[in-house]
Amino acid sequence: MIRPALRVRGLNFSYRQEPVLKNVSFDVQEGEYVSIIGPNGAGKSTLIKCIDRILAGWGGEISLFGESIASMSQRRLAGMVGYVPQAGGRSILFTVEEFVLMGRYPQMGPFTFVRREDRAFVEEIFRQTRLSPLAERPMNSLSGGERQLVFIAAALAQGAKILLLDEPTAFLDYGHQVGCLDLLSKMNREQGVTLLSVTHDINQAVGESDRILAFRGGELFFQGTPSALLSGKVAEKLYGTRFSVYTSQDSDRPVLLPIGGAL
Amino acid sequence: MKRKREAWLIGLGALAVASLAVAPFLGTKLTALGAALHPGSSDVEASIFWTLRLPRVLTAFLAGAALAVSGMVFQAMFRNPLATESTLGVASGASFGAALQIRLGLTFTVLGISGSALFAFLGAALSMVLVFGLTGRRNRFSPSTMLLSGVAISFFFSSLILMVQTTSDFHNSYKLLRWLMGSLSTVGFGSVVNLLPFTLIGTVFIAAFTKELNLLSTGDDLAASRGVCVQRTRRALFLTTSLTVGGVVSVCGPIGFVGMIAPHVARLIIGNNHRYLLPATLLLGGTFLILCDTVARAVTSPGEMPVGAVTALLGGPFFLWLLVGGKKWIP
Repeated sequence: MIRPALRVRGLNFSYRQEPVLKNVSFDVQEGEYVSIIGPNGAGKSTLIKCIDRILAGWGGEISLFGESIASMSQRRLAGMVGYVPQAGGRSILFTVEEFVLMGRYPQMGPFTFVRREDRAFVEEIFRQTRLSPLAERPMNSLSGGERQLVFIAAALAQGAKILLLDEPTAFLDYGHQVGCLDLLSKMNREQGVTLLSVTHDINQAVGESDRILAFRGGELFFQGTPSALLSGKVAEKLYGTRFSVYTSQDSDRPVLLPIGGAL
Repeated sequence: MKRKREAWLIGLGALAVASLAVAPFLGTKLTALGAALHPGSSDVEASIFWTLRLPRVLTAFLAGAALAVSGMVFQAMFRNPLATESTLGVASGASFGAALQIRLGLTFTVLGISGSALFAFLGAALSMVLVFGLTGRRNRFSPSTMLLSGVAISFFFSSLILMVQTTSDFHNSYKLLRWLMGSLSTVGFGSVVNLLPFTLIGTVFIAAFTKELNLLSTGDDLAASRGVCVQRTRRALFLTTSLTVGGVVSVCGPIGFVGMIAPHVARLIIGNNHRYLLPATLLLGGTFLILCDTVARAVTSPGEMPVGAVTALLGGPFFLWLLVGGKKWIP
């Protein structure tokens, strides 16, 4: 039997006595592209922060390729899983190249600095992500879209084969959204990178991913393929409003539009 | 970029060496060059040079370097340019510890660490725990919560110091007052020997954490996702900086603003990569305090101003500039 890239069993997490995740269980196979959707406060971001041990104190079992993450060092975990936060907000006082090189941290020992192999690895990442022209720019001078691509590149620099993304296209204009999604699907197809991506855009989830996990009130409410999501009227139950489904004229992608009104 | 940084480091190194070499000759009376060549001689000038001025300049460099490097760590960990040992209440905590030691008249040595250093360290650690506990509980280390609780704790410890002082006899009270102004004056190399381990161990330890400091300055979540044990690293760095600041305060008294100005100026000229920032901060901090002390000795000669007054005179306006109009390197 093939071990799943990620296995979550009975995951619970509470913030100030308030349960945020309740008994969550699912598997993600290697090379899969999985989207996580759900209303605000459903626990989507919390879930990926638990998987990357950015948050501690959860209960249950999380394992990567059959190995429990509870007994892994943070460095080893970082060599397997990369985290991509939302683009906005924080100030980063490094150049793009410095920032991406800092992603090599899990591969470096305590008193070592950037080695030749780290530079080579990052150069390859720059080539794949086509970010070389930005290398010398300060991070704080980038647009939101460029910044998001750099965040993805830095997570890939860790050597991680699983990426956890927290609304990678939030606050981006359409052009940059497409740029970001194209890079992700290219990494998924060509490099076999497993993706677990939180999104508020149900059409993005339906159009881009192999499988969708839908969360509501901290519980896994639905998991299945995009077509199963459409045929099961999951969006209606998830968001509590009616949707119409259209088919795009230029591709055969289904498009959901919330049309309001009670169910 | 890299070449430029290296050039700056060499320049700062040269500046530090120059001030270490020149400052001992300056003072009420210029010391003749010849005096420096006869360390053992009974000549007055030579003995002033060797027992008063040279140790004093070395003390200034070591103290300034240690305070600056600690300040750099605070700035990176709190992602705020105003986070320093003074604003976080660490300096006043250390002062309270040392004041208590003077008041109680406890002079002892444990494993080569003097009683006053130990008390100052405990005071510094106590205030760190308080600030960290308070800001961690609310708002996850928002700068305003952190600064306000630091200021509150600072006041609290200052009041405790006043209490200690009023219950002291005249002799201790005066000793305490002089000490609280911060002073680098020393007879012989005792202060240098006392400071050296704190500056050295603190710096070496922090140097082992430059990659972690870089990552922490981008945010705790990113640092953790890159493989940093955030809690453990913070704890280790807090312990180190408490010990270092405690050590400096126990020897020189609280000398403010070095820990804010030096790392900030270093950031402006060399960038925020801690691999280069650490040596730049160290050199600048040491040089800056030598400069301030030379001013303190020269301006009101033959008497002397407390060096803490000079750093504060420069630091106060600098702090305001950062607060109001300075380059915002952090949101």
